[in-house]
Amino acid sequence: MANRRTFIKKGLLAAYSSALGMNIVFGHTMPVDYKPVLLGQKPASPPSGKHPGMVVLNDRPWNVEAQAHLLDDKITPADKMFIRNNGQVPRNMDVSSWELLVDGESVLQPKKYSLADLRSRFQPYTYQLTLECGGNGRGEFNPPAKGNQWTVGAVSCAEWTGVRLRDLLNDVGIAKDALYIGYYGKDEHLSGDKDKVVISRGVPIEKAMMPETLLAYSMNGGDIPLVHGHPLRMVAGGWPASASGKWIHRLSVRNIVHDGPKMGGDSYRVPCEPVAPGTPAKNMCIIESMPVKSLVTYPKSGAILPHGKTLGIRGHAWAGEYEVSSMHYSIDFGATWHPCHLEKPNNRLAWQHWQAQVDLPQRGYYEVWARATDSHRRQQPMVVPGWNPKGYLNNACHRIAVKSV
Amino acid sequence: MDGKDFISRMGALLSLLGGALFTAFLLGAVTLYFYSFPGQLSQVDHGNTPSEGTTASTKENVEVAQIEGGIHQPTGFIVDQGYKVVIANCTGCHSSQLVIQNRASREGWKNMITWMQATQNLWDLGDQEEQILNYLAKHYAPVDQGRRKPLANIEWYELK
Repeated sequence: MANRRTFIKKGLLAAYSSALGMNIVFGHTMPVDYKPVLLGQKPASPPSGKHPGMVVLNDRPWNVEAQAHLLDDKITPADKMFIRNNGQVPRNMDVSSWELLVDGESVLQPKKYSLADLRSRFQPYTYQLTLECGGNGRGEFNPPAKGNQWTVGAVSCAEWTGVRLRDLLNDVGIAKDALYIGYYGKDEHLSGDKDKVVISRGVPIEKAMMPETLLAYSMNGGDIPLVHGHPLRMVAGGWPASASGKWIHRLSVRNIVHDGPKMGGDSYRVPCEPVAPGTPAKNMCIIESMPVKSLVTYPKSGAILPHGKTLGIRGHAWAGEYEVSSMHYSIDFGATWHPCHLEKPNNRLAWQHWQAQVDLPQRGYYEVWARATDSHRRQQPMVVPGWNPKGYLNNACHRIAVKSV
Repeated sequence: MDGKDFISRMGALLSLLGGALFTAFLLGAVTLYFYSFPGQLSQVDHGNTPSEGTTASTKENVEVAQIEGGIHQPTGFIVDQGYKVVIANCTGCHSSQLVIQNRASREGWKNMITWMQATQNLWDLGDQEEQILNYLAKHYAPVDQGRRKPLANIEWYELK
């Protein structure tokens, strides 16, 4: 078989080289599944099922974000939910025979569950849970950080239903030394290498045992859309969304900090001690709670209104593992701040809705800046916060442009 | 049909055929596959001489039509020396958009290549690495944007 594969590869390689009008040097080390783009790639429109206003950052793998005004719903519908995929969406899945294996050093014995087991043997719970990509806002870091250049739209708050992870872990039985939960999903590696795990992250056992940490089989009252992790997804609200693995078929209860792909190096980590912009960091610490943040979801940036008319603004605010305690807006670039009406969260880790009425004192150009404060009195900065090599945790104030004419 | 389907389908078919037939069929199918997507073929590379047998004038016309305003339309890459080497080596695994939206110094791009080689199955690029780095460092270099850029691309509308 190896010879035949090699032969096929040589044939393809010759064809690729000919079509490109050049030789692919070291092409002999190219994986057999590899196909250069000349066979077809067009600027991407959002994948099916997504709102046409969603912005595609990357179509292989899919990385798609909302715009602030698309996130106006109190509960994010599937068509306006950002996609952050590290690999290809799994193909040819057989949901009827789906099995979840719970294993690892710290289980008393490995145990398997069918989807029917999960639905019938455990009490279901439903929570609104905020999921934000750790790299949301990356595009503003200077010097730039590599990766998808998210602006503000890699955040959502949908209603998730499923099994409490702690109920499942208690059913399996875990040892006292359990330290971390690592997930494994069925996504496929971009290189086509079937033995390569795309991403396998997770959360410390304390977070796994929180009542809101779910192994979800339902979103907004229906099946989880395929691109968002059907049929089974971890949901660890308030943490980088990469901790909420999709297409889950295995959970490992570890007695060490989980060491799957994208747990180590610079992935989802920031310098333990702050560094000057553009300088390397010695020690990198895993991101846990996301920072306090907010969005103006109405009106859409660019609103023109007649002088004298009051402007109603609204949006959402969230604070990772914590709660937002107050919300303010400014129309004078932070010289003065005014309180907004802020609702309590529907449940812990749900984003909170806020609104305010704004009077613009004279004709002209304004920016409406929004700033949330969390229960630890931490506020959103107006400038981009501490630089880090991978451009995570940008929680700078959101702002919209408004004109009074 | 993607590369993987193609390979596996080919593999299944070919196992039924003898050696000579196999070769003929493979080359025929590959050729067919390419020519069924004429609009996707790109031959023009400023500064690179296309290899022999690929320079038919009709094809060149198709390819020139793929370049607008100095941008290679199927990928979005800036057309300049080295862009085809980038297409050949980078876009098999990930979208060209992942490259285009990033900005880095030569050293930064080199670090990304090293990371992909260490963790993502990227192969040794040989002396093409130099061309790739020259191209990326020239066209996708960082711009100092300070601590917060002014709002840009505002689409004004009357609020009802």
